[in-house]
Order: sequence, then structure tokens, then C-alpha cells
Amino acid sequence: MTEIITNILMAGVGGQGIIMASNILSEALLAAGYDVKKSEVHGMAQRGGSVVSHVRFGEKVYSPLIRKGDVDILYCLELLESLRYTDYLKKDSVIILNKYRLNPPSVSLGVQTYPEEIPELVRENFPKTVILDGVEMARGVGNPKTVSTVILGHLSRYIDIPVTVWSDVMKERLPKKIFDVNLKAFDAGRSVERVA
Amino acid sequence: MAETNRKQLLSGNEAIARGAYESGVLFASAYPGTPSTEILENLISYDGIYCEWSPNEKVALEVGVGACYAGARTLVAMKHVGVNVAADPLFTLSYTGIRGGLVLITADDPELHSSQNEQDNRNYAKFAKVPMLEPSDSQEAKDYVALALDISERFDTPVFLRSTTRISHSQSAVSLAEPDRTTHADKVSLVKDPERLVMLPANARKRHVVVEERMERLREFADDFSENVIEMINTDVGIITAGIAYQYAKEIFPNASYLKLGMVYPLPEKLIREFAGKVKKLLVVEELDPFIEEQVRGMGIEVSGKDSIPILGELNPDIVASSLDGYVFTEQVPIEKPELPPRPPNMCPGCPHRGVFYALSKKKAFVTGDIGCYTLAFLPPLKAIDTCLCMGASIGHAVGIDKVMGEEGRGKVAAVIGDSTFFHSGITPLMDAAYNKSAATICILDNRTTAMTGAQENPGTGKTLMGRDTGRVDIPALAKSLGINRVCTVDPYDMKGTMDVVTEELDADEISVIISEAPCVLLRGAKREEWDVLTVDHSKCTGCKACIMLGCPAIGWDSEGENSKGRKGRAVIDEMLCIGCTMCRQLCKFDAIVKAP
Repeated sequence: MTEIITNILMAGVGGQGIIMASNILSEALLAAGYDVKKSEVHGMAQRGGSVVSHVRFGEKVYSPLIRKGDVDILYCLELLESLRYTDYLKKDSVIILNKYRLNPPSVSLGVQTYPEEIPELVRENFPKTVILDGVEMARGVGNPKTVSTVILGHLSRYIDIPVTVWSDVMKERLPKKIFDVNLKAFDAGRSVERVA
Repeated sequence: MAETNRKQLLSGNEAIARGAYESGVLFASAYPGTPSTEILENLISYDGIYCEWSPNEKVALEVGVGACYAGARTLVAMKHVGVNVAADPLFTLSYTGIRGGLVLITADDPELHSSQNEQDNRNYAKFAKVPMLEPSDSQEAKDYVALALDISERFDTPVFLRSTTRISHSQSAVSLAEPDRTTHADKVSLVKDPERLVMLPANARKRHVVVEERMERLREFADDFSENVIEMINTDVGIITAGIAYQYAKEIFPNASYLKLGMVYPLPEKLIREFAGKVKKLLVVEELDPFIEEQVRGMGIEVSGKDSIPILGELNPDIVASSLDGYVFTEQVPIEKPELPPRPPNMCPGCPHRGVFYALSKKKAFVTGDIGCYTLAFLPPLKAIDTCLCMGASIGHAVGIDKVMGEEGRGKVAAVIGDSTFFHSGITPLMDAAYNKSAATICILDNRTTAMTGAQENPGTGKTLMGRDTGRVDIPALAKSLGINRVCTVDPYDMKGTMDVVTEELDADEISVIISEAPCVLLRGAKREEWDVLTVDHSKCTGCKACIMLGCPAIGWDSEGENSKGRKGRAVIDEMLCIGCTMCRQLCKFDAIVKAP
């Protein structure tokens, strides 16, 4: 264990499973012996709005919030949402982006347009970008609702925690009947090669 | 016990609940409110603690005071604005003192993540002359509950424990302790003590003397309090801080010296003077008001703080860093971004509120609003909320507006209020509306839950927080008993029926109450059997946008797609989001909305 703090920002839209994924991540980090802090906002923010969770770990963590330009890994479940947090990124941030579009209300109403070519824009600016079709991968393991776990599985490639710790935490946190499919989803994401 | 060995990752709210369990709390009451709600939701998982959702925060504190007068250790929890509601009993409770320890949790919401203001409730500690502790992480959140109860009993006073959104909703590692569920359980008994508990002027005058003496003793205690700690590192800069601001400051200035305050009222004057004397420059890092700073300056000590640290909103490490000279930022990547459409929270697909708001929007009514999910009807395209001030205010607003507008306002003034908000503080203004002969239209949106905070029980749901079956308030009967003649119920999914009733009642020249009866779609059993996921038949969609005006997240606008008129622009339904409530189908004049294949 080093004294360095690792910062993971997890973003998406309310209902996509950000909070569950960040819970599993934080529990796994704690079980692996790290000091962990995690912060997110509940309440009003969950009615289909943007959701973001900060996870920080290392030997001793003070602030639960990540500083701008200091994110090591961005975990993002929706394309547009990745662009909201670019202030938090640095050139060599690892970006794990789920290739999925969910229109915000102003786009649905035809008032604003959804930006095109987000994957290209992200990849151009941040060389360590992985873009996954999480919905397709989740469908592949039998449940499209396991997207957040697929992407979490890939995130696990960048964190030094034994794979058994991940599965133990998922077993503890997830309802019994969805544990197996989530484990498969996790493995599907984990089997994708690291970008760096 | 195995569970006490391993550190657990707990949110501040989970930790507060655990702290209450460990320290022998027997009674807990609250009204749900972000960011405080999860405290009682977690507390019910422990045995031996009576927990209740009270109809509002004033009642929550009053029942809590009853329990503590009978000798029970008691926890009462609320969000910051809830303390405004509970202020009446609070200020005099400071005079009577307690029997069992009483800790009052105030969960403040700097940045207004889910609130109507960002008041700094540390001011209440000073105003009500009640000591206040403030934890800076989950471990302290748990431990400070026990400390608060000890202080409460030692000094015969209620004690505030102040959390903020970042404490309540952040998780960090907590070491658990063995619970003590017996030591404090023996004290429950009825003890008459009228000179202390009956606040007639003659008694209260004497108690005010006691309050001032107690504050003096608490000031002395603060100097020796284990959680007011000096951390000397160097003598250049000394930072006085508390709560979450401590964590941000430590992150940014690891080499500064600190006076970390676990008790933010009253302040430890001797300790502050000692610390100030050791450092060249003294700084207070605190969120919101200059609460500590002004008191330190009042001691005649030179100090800075709000001259550089914002008074608005939440702090974070970047704000703390940028407020002070000479700090270098991590380099950010310059990136040319397209304009990002915002993604605000919205009423859910199939939300029953939408039916009533659609009617009010069509009628172009001036709609006085209230606190709940339905406040989101303020957003386009419905734009059907014109005011939102505090819990229960919608009805009073409508009465006042109707009175000054007179005939000119007829048919135009409506209030909307949810069931839980109505029980919280809508009944007395409805009584006012009836008593003083208002002609406003009051819409009670009864979705049988406290939805905004995540579906808590309330006096209309038939269940208590602890899961017991109980009676349900009969809202129509209640309205009639207040002397209101025009009381009707609507099914908000019946668009025409709802529109007809809204039209008729708005035009009535006496007070009327419309109760929209349909459960929150997120509740189990809310989806009706006849509902099927819908889609748009593009051979029939003319692109008229009638369905779009509902503002349903499942309905979108495809500006490139060809409509039945051969022009560009047609409606689309996201079948992943649609639950089939049929409101849009009822609005479509061209039968273009059909069951999805």
C-alpha cells in the first residue's frame, strides 16, 4: 500500500446503478485494507437527474470529494455525462465509458440537441479511454440491467484487489437471485484488456 | 461480537443510527427530510428502540421531549428547515432541561442539494442556548451521539448534533463498539417536577437563570472537551475548523496547525486564545456563515475567514485551495466542449401528479406550490408551479392571493400540496381557508407516500415506520369536517375527468378541495393491470406535440423523423421508460399512440 490516494469518479443518470456500483467498489476497497471515503448526493438528484459519486482510497483519506484535475479513473455509464466532469480529469486519467445515450428532457422536447461524436472527443483528449458497449455485454450475460456491473468489472482491472474480494462483496451486497448474473457481468467487463 | 471487530463502511446517517443504538437510545422520532431521512430508516433495524415518523418536526420534537421527560434516552432527527418548524418547543426545552438525554440531529444542506434554502443551523445553538457538536466523518458521527447524550444528562440540556449533506451522505470506515442497552433503560419512570416542567412565567424566569448558568459551565467544559483538539505542526498558519471543512482543509494544507472543534457551540475561549497565541496567522475555515469567525473576533483576536472563503454553498478542496494565496492547481485538460444539455431531476414516467398539473397548466391557473416531487412541475413544458416557499405554504398563499384578487382571481387560483406535506402543515391553513371563506381551489395530491424522500410511511398510508398496521387519515372527511362543502376526488390518469373537475372547481365561488387519488408509480402495486407499454404509430403521428406537453421523460421528439403529413418531426416513446399510464394516449387526437408490439 502506498501513501498515494487514488480518485475514482463515477457518473451516470439516476436509476442506472451508480450508487450500487460505488457501494460495491467501496466495500471491496475497505475489505482489501484501504482507507476509503465515498460521497454522493441523494434526494432530489435521483429523479432521473445526473448522478455522481466520488470514491477515494489510500492509506489515509481526508476529503470525501475529489479535486479538479485529480481523477485517476472516470467510470461513466452515459455518454453525455462524461463531458460534465472533464474539469475533474487529467491527461492520463483512465476513462471507462459506456457507449449509451439517454436523452435529457430538453433534448426530448426538441429544444436542445444531444452532442454527436462524444466517444471521439473523449478519446482525442484522453488517450487512456476505453469505450464499452455495456448494454450489449450485459445482454450477452443474460440481463441488460447489469450494465453497471459490467463496467465495474472492467474498472476492477485497474485496482489491485484479489478477484475473490470482489465476488465476496457482491455476494454480500446483492440479492441472492441476481448474484450469479452480476458475477458473469463483472467477469465480462473484467475480461476486456486494460487500456494502460 | 464479530461485527464489532471489523471496520464497517457507514454513511454519516447510518453511523448516527448505530451511535444511538450503542448508547442506549430507547426512543426516536423524526419527519423525513433530505439529508436526514436515513437515520431513522436505519435505526429501526436495531432491537429495542421505538421509532416513529411524526407528522412534522414540531411534533417529532414534542413526542421526543415527552419520552425524555419520562427518563428515556431520546434521539430526534430533522433537516435544517425542520428545526424552524420545531423551534417553538426547542427554545423552551432549553429552559426546562431534560430527564433522559436528548440529542437533536439537525442535518443541514449547504449547496441546497434538496432544499429550499441553505440556512446555517449553528445559529440555532446560540439562539436557543443549546450546545452543539459537529462530526467531521462517520466515525465521529457515531461517537458524537454518545458524547451528546452524556453532555445532555450531565448539564441537563438538550444537545444538538449538526450534520451536513456531505457528512450524512458520505461513507467512511467506522469501528463499532459494544452496545450498552441496559444502563440507561432503568431510568424510565414518571416523576412530577412542575417547577421545572411547567413553564409559567414565574417558573420560566427562574429557569432562565439556570440556562445562563449552564451556558457558563458549558463554556468551561468546552475548554477541556476531548473533541476540541489542537494539532500543532508549524507556527506559520493556524486553522480553526470543524465538520466537513476540517477534511477539506487537511487535504489542502497538511502542514498547517489545527484547532479542530468537535463542539461548535459554545466555543472553548481559553483553548482558542492558547492556539491563537502559538501561530502567526489565524484562519477559520467554515462552511456557510462566519459563525466561529465572528465569535473569535468578538474575543478580540485577529482572524480571517470569510474575507476569502465563500459564504455561499458547499466548500470543497478546490474552493478551500483557491480562496487562499499561493496555491497551485493541478493542471486540467483544455477541451472544447459542445453545449451540454442539463439533466435536471424530473417527475417519473407515469407519475400521477402529471394529470393534475396538465389540467392546471391548460387552465393557465396561478398555482401556489409546496415541497415534494411535484415542485418539479415547475419545469417546462408543464410550468405549472408558481410559488414554493416552505412546507404547507401553498394553501395559505392561495388564500391570501384569492383575498386580494377578489372576483378578478376567480377561476385562476389553485394550491397543490402532497399528502405528506398536507399532514405536515397543510391542515391548519385549510382550516383558515374554510373559516375565512376563501374561494381558492386546493388540490391535494394524495399518492399515499412521502415520495420525494424515498417513500416513507405517513398518517395516510395505514402503516407506521415500524411496520405496524394503523388507521389512515380520511382526507375528504377531514376537509368536510372543517366546514368545506365542495370536496371531490379525481383519478389523475383520467385526463378528461380531471380537466372537468379542475375547470368546475376553479370557477366555483367558494373554497373547494380536489383530492387526486393514485399511488406513486414507484410503489409496489401502483401499475394498473390494464397498462401496457406504448409506442407511436408514425403513420398516424402528425407531429402536433400534444403528448410532448406532458413533459413525460418517456416521450421524446424526433426532429428528423417523418410524420404522417410527410413533414419532419414526430413523437417517439422510449419503451424502456414507458410504463403505459395512457395519459399521452388520451391526449392524442390521431390515435397514433398504441400498445407496443
